[in-house]
Amino acid sequence: MALLEVKNLDVTLATSRGPARAVRNLSFDLDRGQTLGIVGESGCGKSMTALALLGLLPENGVTTGSINLDGQDLLTLNEDAMCGVRGNRISMIFQEPMTSLNPLHTIGRQVTEPMLIHQGMTRDQARDEAVRLLERVGIASAAQRLDSFPHQLSGGQRQRVMIAMALSCKPDVLIADEPTTALDVTIQGQILDLIADIVAEAGMALILISHDLGVIAETVDRVLVMYGGAGVETGPTASLFEHLAHPYTQGLFAAVPKLGSGGRRGQGARLATIPGLVPELVDLPTGCTFADRCNIADGQCAGTVPTVHDVAEDAGHRVACLKPDDAKRQFAPAEAGR
Amino acid sequence: MSEEKQNPVMAALSLMMRYRNFVIGAVLTGLVIVAAFLSTVWTPHSATDLAIRSRLQFPSLEHWLGTDHFGRDILSMIMVGAQNSLIVGIVAVGIGVILGVGLGLWAAARRGWTEELIMRFSDFTFAFPAVLSAIMITALLGPGAVNSILAIGIYNIPVFARISRGAANAIWSREYIMAAKAAGKGRFRITIEHVLPNITSVIVVQATISFAIAILAEAALSYLGIGTQPPEPSWGRMLNDAQTYATIKPYLAIFPGAAIFLAVLGLNMLGDGLRDILDPRLTRGR
Repeated sequence: MALLEVKNLDVTLATSRGPARAVRNLSFDLDRGQTLGIVGESGCGKSMTALALLGLLPENGVTTGSINLDGQDLLTLNEDAMCGVRGNRISMIFQEPMTSLNPLHTIGRQVTEPMLIHQGMTRDQARDEAVRLLERVGIASAAQRLDSFPHQLSGGQRQRVMIAMALSCKPDVLIADEPTTALDVTIQGQILDLIADIVAEAGMALILISHDLGVIAETVDRVLVMYGGAGVETGPTASLFEHLAHPYTQGLFAAVPKLGSGGRRGQGARLATIPGLVPELVDLPTGCTFADRCNIADGQCAGTVPTVHDVAEDAGHRVACLKPDDAKRQFAPAEAGR
Repeated sequence: MSEEKQNPVMAALSLMMRYRNFVIGAVLTGLVIVAAFLSTVWTPHSATDLAIRSRLQFPSLEHWLGTDHFGRDILSMIMVGAQNSLIVGIVAVGIGVILGVGLGLWAAARRGWTEELIMRFSDFTFAFPAVLSAIMITALLGPGAVNSILAIGIYNIPVFARISRGAANAIWSREYIMAAKAAGKGRFRITIEHVLPNITSVIVVQATISFAIAILAEAALSYLGIGTQPPEPSWGRMLNDAQTYATIKPYLAIFPGAAIFLAVLGLNMLGDGLRDILDPRLTRGR
């Protein structure tokens, strides 16, 4: 049994325009020491999945399916029991280090708090541990920094503090929701390396949420591509980037700007985009959610739930598409041209 | 201010100029507080003993602000009246802050129908004009200082409930609240540790302004004869007493009137000044 098993997860948000299905029928497993990347455009359900794992959906959200952590279904736990899970067994690193720390409390207070709540440490023990954690995440003169306030730190330092907070109770699962989006490119690599190192060191499971394929490719073992709230392709990172079996994955990959592509001397090239817009979650098509933007879709796609095909069986690389062969053929010439 | 080097006195002066609302407000409010405290140990004359022989005197060295129709020293009465006004303000605002902020925070933390219920109840209470509801409450419970305090306090509850709910809702949507939730903190803990400290400045500012309103309301109720009862001196009652002699001895009305005016002005300026200091963004925006 895997550490974290998500089965048929559905998240429905009650909106004024009707129920919006933010996550549909999502399943994945994650074991200790494994890293999973979730990729997709804004609004595809990545963050909703993360919040559902922590039981922190907005009040209008309803979750069905099951989320098993060590065999216990988190969806059956009450609020008090979930408070014991959050920050203790599952932690989260947020996107915005600038606003995710309370401006009125010192760094030390914010880093020690999870340990005081969950581990019953004394203040002194927690303080010593906080110094160790801050040193581990690469904050210089950590002991003095404990008494600093968030505004006295740079963005990168604050994200390091957030990581220290998330790690303080040695969680089983660490969720990083776009942890580097708000940071300088120069810092991004350092933070990602830090997260990867710590995860490997402690043998925890990592879920890295990002829209940046580069970040995903470098950091995680397995990738889950989401579109319109559903998982459209999942597989080991290498296999996924080799095959790009779903038309949406192909589109995402093509949309990454590349140096030297396109026109003469690489200038004036248009950026590749996926035509159309992310579908409204309120009125999704009954079949494949990507059908109206897909260049190989035909009449039946919009009305039929896509079947799951194995791309590379032994590696567990699967794609949800009605026409996987057409998708493969479409991708082949591009591959030849590389 | 282009001069880089200033001596400490000039620097202090320029700082005071920058926060002149706060300084003037603090001085006026301080004056009321000093008068109230001083009156517990010393007043120029007794504020309650009658001395008919020296009634209705103009201000003199013996009676700085003159005497009323019973020969009581006006200055002494104003000083003791300050006590009264302060107690009314503190208790009434205290009731409002404790219950109102509690309800507001509860509403913001619970959301849903709890919030709806609390806020509609607030709207209902708020719909009655302050003095009218105070008259209503004293009519039910009988006149007296305690009942008028209660009436003003009850009026303050929805004021603080609304303002703290609004401010708390804004805080609840911040990302560090989400981070706190993700760290495993419950609603109650988040409210005490994260929400309350972040809305304190709003509450403090509202408290000074409500304090001024409470003093005014107490004066109004006492003037109408349903607040503080004689022989306890009160600014509002002094105004009522002065009414009869207003044409021949106008100072009888002017001095207590000025006391009310300065106390309310001071508290309002203190509130404005505090807001400028506690919320620098607001000042820059103007």
